[in-house]
Amino acid sequence: MSADVHTERGALADAGPAAAEPVLEVRNLSVDYGFGDDPTHVLREVSLTLRRGEVLGLAGESGCGKSTLAYAATRLLPPPGLITGGEVWLTNREGTRADLLALSDAELRAARWRDIAIVFQGAMSSLNPVFRIEKQIVDGIVAHQPRMRREEARERAAELLRLVGISADRLRAYPHQLSGGMRQRVMIAMALALEPQVLIMDEPTTALDVVMQRQILEEVMELRERLGFSVVFITHDVSLLVEVADRIAVMYAGEIVETAAARDVYAKPRHPYSAGLLGSFPPLHGPRRELTGIPGAPPDLSAREPGCPFAPRCPHAMDVCRTELPVLGRTAQGEDNRLVACHLHTTASSTEPLPPSLSR
Amino acid sequence: MSFLLRRVAFYALTAWAAITINFFIPRLLPGDPVTALLGRMQGRIDSNAEHSLRVLFGLDQDTTLWQQYLDYWGLLLRGDLGLSFTHFPTPVSEIVDQSLPWTVGLVGVATVIAFVIGSLIGTFLGWRRGTWADGLLPVATFFQAVPYFWLGLITIAVLSVNLGWFPSSGSYDRGLVPAFTGEFIGSVVYYGFLPALTVVLSSVAGWVLGMRNMMVTVSSEDYVTVAHAKGLAERQVMLGYAARNAVLPQVSSFALSLGFVVGGTLIMEMVFSYQGIGYTLYQAVSTHDYPLMQGCFLVITLSVLVANMVADLAYALLDPRTRTEDR
Amino acid sequence: MRNQLLFLRNGKVVTGLAILGFFTLLAVLGPWISPYDPNQVSDALLSPPSAAHWLGTDHTGRDILSQIIVGARGVLVVGLVAGVSATVVGVLVGVTAGFVGGVGDESLSALSNMFLVIPQLPLIILIAAQLPSAGGLTVALVIGATGWAWGARVMRAQTLSLRKRDFVEAARANGERTWRLVLAEVLPNLTAVIASGFVGTVTFAVLSQVTLSFIGITPVSEWNWGTILFWAQNNLALQRGAWWWFVPAGACIALLGMALTLVNFGIDEIVNPRLRSTGLHARSLRRRGIRPRVGFTPVVREARS
Repeated sequence: MSADVHTERGALADAGPAAAEPVLEVRNLSVDYGFGDDPTHVLREVSLTLRRGEVLGLAGESGCGKSTLAYAATRLLPPPGLITGGEVWLTNREGTRADLLALSDAELRAARWRDIAIVFQGAMSSLNPVFRIEKQIVDGIVAHQPRMRREEARERAAELLRLVGISADRLRAYPHQLSGGMRQRVMIAMALALEPQVLIMDEPTTALDVVMQRQILEEVMELRERLGFSVVFITHDVSLLVEVADRIAVMYAGEIVETAAARDVYAKPRHPYSAGLLGSFPPLHGPRRELTGIPGAPPDLSAREPGCPFAPRCPHAMDVCRTELPVLGRTAQGEDNRLVACHLHTTASSTEPLPPSLSR
Repeated sequence: MSFLLRRVAFYALTAWAAITINFFIPRLLPGDPVTALLGRMQGRIDSNAEHSLRVLFGLDQDTTLWQQYLDYWGLLLRGDLGLSFTHFPTPVSEIVDQSLPWTVGLVGVATVIAFVIGSLIGTFLGWRRGTWADGLLPVATFFQAVPYFWLGLITIAVLSVNLGWFPSSGSYDRGLVPAFTGEFIGSVVYYGFLPALTVVLSSVAGWVLGMRNMMVTVSSEDYVTVAHAKGLAERQVMLGYAARNAVLPQVSSFALSLGFVVGGTLIMEMVFSYQGIGYTLYQAVSTHDYPLMQGCFLVITLSVLVANMVADLAYALLDPRTRTEDR
Repeated sequence: MRNQLLFLRNGKVVTGLAILGFFTLLAVLGPWISPYDPNQVSDALLSPPSAAHWLGTDHTGRDILSQIIVGARGVLVVGLVAGVSATVVGVLVGVTAGFVGGVGDESLSALSNMFLVIPQLPLIILIAAQLPSAGGLTVALVIGATGWAWGARVMRAQTLSLRKRDFVEAARANGERTWRLVLAEVLPNLTAVIASGFVGTVTFAVLSQVTLSFIGITPVSEWNWGTILFWAQNNLALQRGAWWWFVPAGACIALLGMALTLVNFGIDEIVNPRLRSTGLHARSLRRRGIRPRVGFTPVVREARS
């Protein structure tokens, strides 16, 4: 399983620092919503690579398919979700690569949590209200290490809680006795129980206040340094991503429209949507700028028009944008390590120059 | 703790309401069936017992309503429910005392069995939704729509009259003396099997459908998805996470529908001439034995309230959120 | 409008309504289409089904088919009257409780919970047995007076959730009167719940009334399906193996109950989209040969068109 099986798009998406090998590779993943004759295509051939030790940010407005991507990659998408194509290659701790979508139920069950763990969106509803924290952490450990004694697992649970800054006596607490921030920390501790290779965090901090958000994020990043896992960080808040992510993939309408190093996306967005997204959040550091936002709303995926899905909201839309779907490719500037799916970049050199907001 | 306290207060209130309803029914309804009966009993009934009946049925018109109400409570607290007309002069309380254990044994055990089996089947159906298991739903719907007593008639016709496997009536072999012997207990189980089976058959469908719908709802909860993401074994997710939580509303609806279920199963005793309180109520109705009717109603209601409290206690044990001080 | 069409497209609802329609027809036309007078005795005592008596006769030679046809009216009228009266009480109590909140809500909820917990059938028996004449309508009203609590409970919950919705808040902020608010904004949105409560109460009322007739509380000369079973039980139909005497009447009750349940399923699926989508999904999954498992999204690699 090496570069020779990569499709062209997959190979392009791999462009990045060659030093670290990939731990998670999503290739041409397609997902439908609806089992009937007329399903909604919510993900269309999405490819994404996460390298060892990297924090990959996945950005976009709600409803653009970020969470769907995370759920589908682990086959946790609830009905009527249906995976209609693609591969998800995961490298486990021993270095073996396997396609999560081709595994048997038992194999996939074994890989979940041990190799790939998820922190879900709502910490409020992610913990079972009727069980103590302890049981919920221990359950996950024991399921993968059946020979471990429960006391050992319990000690491990205490250790994990301390790791995220909660005193071990909270193990006996029920979820409703904890604050929102504590619950989210418990979820993180739980996800790290088996030292997974990949940690997917789906909007882990949206329900929390800003101070708590920062605190928890800093903790996660510190733990990542220490334990060496890789993170897929999903959020609609791009300015947050710029702070924590190494690389950012921007999603729109079920497709990736731009990938690049985090600082490049921030300083020099190449897709009009990325630029718009950046304009709708205040930067955490640096000079204040005017918040602009993006006019209009994300498209209804069940009634797709031909052409670029962003065209109706795009300030730079051209005729070709309404008829042809742009594919991920190099930027007009020909930069390394970044890809964009926009007609402005494929036609710029021949007809007119890029708008200034995209050519910084 | 406050959860249980609130519930106990509610049941106390309900018990008070049931007793008060019982006080007012004979006073508010037109007609006066008891006077005629008292007339016929003239001379055979001692004045004390006659006074009890007058208080119970509102014939003590010479006192104020409030005084009547107090007298009524006085009687009840002393356990005096009047004398039965049919089994004259046996006190109602004595008859009720004898029949209640049979009902608690039969209806209680059968209802609990039906609840457990129904919830298990419902768990399975909800988990396997979209597969062949859905084919069981129409069957459950049919059984839910069948009147309890008719199912009793059918099981008697098939298993007792045609096949002769079980006796069609009674609660134990009349040739035996009631005692704690293996033979007697075996006889009670043998006679009780058919009525219990019918109670289970007719009430299980409701629990199946309720649990199935709860499982469908709970299966899409985040914590169930998290349990899957943790890579737990399927059985553990199904029973430990999904069913464990789906059973909570099931238990609270168990408490609420107990009154309904018990009402239906009492009729079963009538069909099987099973010597429980339902059959006693039936006899009281067919012989116009009003004191016995009132006594049966009171005892049935109070028993259902006690069963309700037990269900609430179970709920409190199952759901930690009810146990904390805050909220 | 779209909801109503959806309602009629549902197979369960159509089946349920068809059965209901059939029984309604029997109830209306009963006395004219029954082959015999249900009280007319004949020489054919306890005879099994034959060409002359399609469902056989009872111990005095009365035609059982005629009893069932004529009895349909008694069952449906009581069901309808009890259903309507219980639903009216349920809506009044439930919506009021949900809308006024506070102490009023607490006491009304406690009241309906009380009526839920007190076993209804024994209570109905107690009341009906002490009435001088417990005819069909009296029984219907007694059932209505005791059976409203479940509807009230559901209605209260629904009203509470409606009250917090934007459009009700907006109307309230505009200074609309409470009763207008309830009539114009809340009640229309409760239609499905009210309908479901009504159907549920009718089911309960039919079962209760039939049970009361079976144990001989209502006058045995008033024909309904429970009365037939009363005669069968008291004349040892079981022991004599006269299945035609007690099977058809019970089957009719079960069929009617099932029809009502089916209609209610249809309403439930409209109120709770999660249940509806489950049914729809099941069908298309079967067609595509996918075996769904909770917790594992199906993977289908089909050639994309």
